[in-house]
Amino acid sequence: MTEQQQKTKCITLKGSAELVKQYLLYGINNILYQRGIYPPETFEPAEHFGLCILMSTNLQIVNFFNVVLSQIQEWLIQKKVRKVTLIISNVNTKEVLEKWDFKIDYETELSNGKGDGNLSDIGTKDIKTIQKEIREVIRQITGTVSFLPLLDCLCSFDILTYTIPECDTPKEWDETSPVFIANSQEVQLRTFSTSLHKMETIVSYKNT
Amino acid sequence: MSHLKYMKELNNLTRMDEAIKGPVPRWQKKCLESSNSSSSNLGLNTSRKAMSTSITSNSNTSIGKTPKKGVEIRNSKKTPLKGSKKSPSRSTTPAKTPCGGDRFIPARSTTNFELGYYKLQQQNTEQEGNKTECSSPSKREMQRLIGENLHGGDVNNMRVLSYQNKAPAPPEGYQNPLRVVYSQTKTPASVKSSTRYIPQAPDRILDAPEIVDDYYLNLVDWSASNILAVALGSNVYLWNAGSGTIEQLFELEGNDYVCSVAWIQEGPYLAVGTTVGNTELWDCSQMKRVRVMGGHSARVGSLSWNSHILTSGCRAGQIVHHDVRQREHLVSTINAHAQEVCGLKWSIDGKYLASGGNDNMLQIWPCMAGQNYSHAQPIYSLNQHQAAVKALAWCPWQNHILASGGGTADRTIRFWNCNTGACLNTIDTKSQVCSLLWSTTYKEIVSGHGYAQNQLTIWKYPAMNKVAELTGHTSRVLHLAMSPDGTTVLSAGADETLRLWKCFQPDPHKKKETTEVKSVASRLKQCIR
Repeated sequence: MTEQQQKTKCITLKGSAELVKQYLLYGINNILYQRGIYPPETFEPAEHFGLCILMSTNLQIVNFFNVVLSQIQEWLIQKKVRKVTLIISNVNTKEVLEKWDFKIDYETELSNGKGDGNLSDIGTKDIKTIQKEIREVIRQITGTVSFLPLLDCLCSFDILTYTIPECDTPKEWDETSPVFIANSQEVQLRTFSTSLHKMETIVSYKNT
Repeated sequence: MSHLKYMKELNNLTRMDEAIKGPVPRWQKKCLESSNSSSSNLGLNTSRKAMSTSITSNSNTSIGKTPKKGVEIRNSKKTPLKGSKKSPSRSTTPAKTPCGGDRFIPARSTTNFELGYYKLQQQNTEQEGNKTECSSPSKREMQRLIGENLHGGDVNNMRVLSYQNKAPAPPEGYQNPLRVVYSQTKTPASVKSSTRYIPQAPDRILDAPEIVDDYYLNLVDWSASNILAVALGSNVYLWNAGSGTIEQLFELEGNDYVCSVAWIQEGPYLAVGTTVGNTELWDCSQMKRVRVMGGHSARVGSLSWNSHILTSGCRAGQIVHHDVRQREHLVSTINAHAQEVCGLKWSIDGKYLASGGNDNMLQIWPCMAGQNYSHAQPIYSLNQHQAAVKALAWCPWQNHILASGGGTADRTIRFWNCNTGACLNTIDTKSQVCSLLWSTTYKEIVSGHGYAQNQLTIWKYPAMNKVAELTGHTSRVLHLAMSPDGTTVLSAGADETLRLWKCFQPDPHKKKETTEVKSVASRLKQCIR
């Protein structure tokens, strides 16, 4: 985002993908902290989107995010990714206990039906407004602790990326199968939009 | 009926000599109607006698047609037929019945129930069969849609990719710290039932609108002269527990609200801590402010008196001793806590000051020899609590015993011997401890709790068996206060109610005994010192 762009209140596809990536990074870290998946002492507060978000300091986790999210960002620019899913599963039984779906819609595709993956796509939404929307979603994520069931076992997480079929698998990536939670309850959180990407966040958890 | 007409015509023709021209007389008309003679346009002057004969002849013929019917039935048959134009089926059925007026009685022998039933059922199953055949494509469509919804798109049109190097699992043996917040089991109540009757319902409920739902404040105090001071938002109200009258002491201006109230041990003076950091002193007998004392940079959330010394704790973590008699009221300022001071209590004999902070610390300050204020260095800094320490209470019969309770992440009540600094006992209450009070009547302590039950628990000391649980608040209990006679406990809840519990009513039979025990204890104490 150059100053010029900020003044004219527009956002490029690249910038939009960057914002979505940041949302995923901070949102997922927030989930990991709020749901108590890793010890709270391995998190450190970071200021972002005008919020204080606790970020994991575990090197392996940080690296994991670096690799996965930059790949997702690339796919976002190419409009190849449809959905990103965070899975929280029991380490021992591998049972999926909780699922966070981040659905991505390409708004340029919706409006003019082109979607040619052109880098010159430009949205017309103020970055402040976008950040405010993201902030609200992240706050909601924090608030979900009040209704989500306790994860009373060792849990690990994984990130699945749902892409279009024409997407080729990069090195060290694997094709897997989608996951389900039997007898699940779903809660849709707020939606935010960068005017290029529209992000829906949905949490599903085991209904006990 | 044509045959009837025909017969009449025939009859009339045979009596040609009696024919009279002109309209039929009224009585004849009537007669015709009553006998159900079909038409008046026959124009025949028939005498009554002739009519009757004609009918008899008629009936005779009909009898001849249906041999099984009696004469009485003939009438019943005819009447419905002619008079009201009943449907043919109705008219024929009564004809079949041997003696039944116009009731419909089906003949069971002629109906085949089994066949009828079979036919009905067959029809139903056929319909159902049709239905499933028809709906199955739509069902399939539905299932497809559900699948799409689950996956957020057609699965077959998507690839699900994941990075091979997975994120590490949390360290072995790690437990979710949220367990503390989620697990809310009742602590087992004591097996030994108390012989004392404790009413489970509050004696009275008072409204406390706009009471600030803040764990760190101290908004309720009950004076020795039986007046309860309650801070509701920016107002302070005085409730006379004896007469039940309510007076408004004052209202703060602007966005300020009252953060703490504390009565002097004796007398009508009430200390009030405010958001701006002032400590005000009010003479409640005259409803007048006596003085305003500064000394804090943040809100004053806790106050405690030790004769003429008023000790106040503020959000910034300082503790200030004010000598309310002097013009220069500031006696000493102590940087006591890293965060807000939410609990502050002088011991009953004035030897120790206990302070609890949001930094999870409990500090014990010794009293300066010959003075009523404390040293600037604590004798004990106790860090065993895992959350803010707000609930503090000194034991009335053992002056060096302090009870302290921790917040949501801690949920324990701890007992300290302040002569040695040792933790005597600790008990997990499974809920945030908002307030603690010792009974002066029994060897018991009452604690006010938050989520999940918002109850008051009465514990036997020192065994810490549960004596009673008083539930009723719909939100956490914020503050507790005890009546000067020690019988009633007042609880102020975040549900904006004040509830009065008569849980320490003295037992008339045991009263003597307890006083004896007390006196023995005090004598012992004197011997030791």
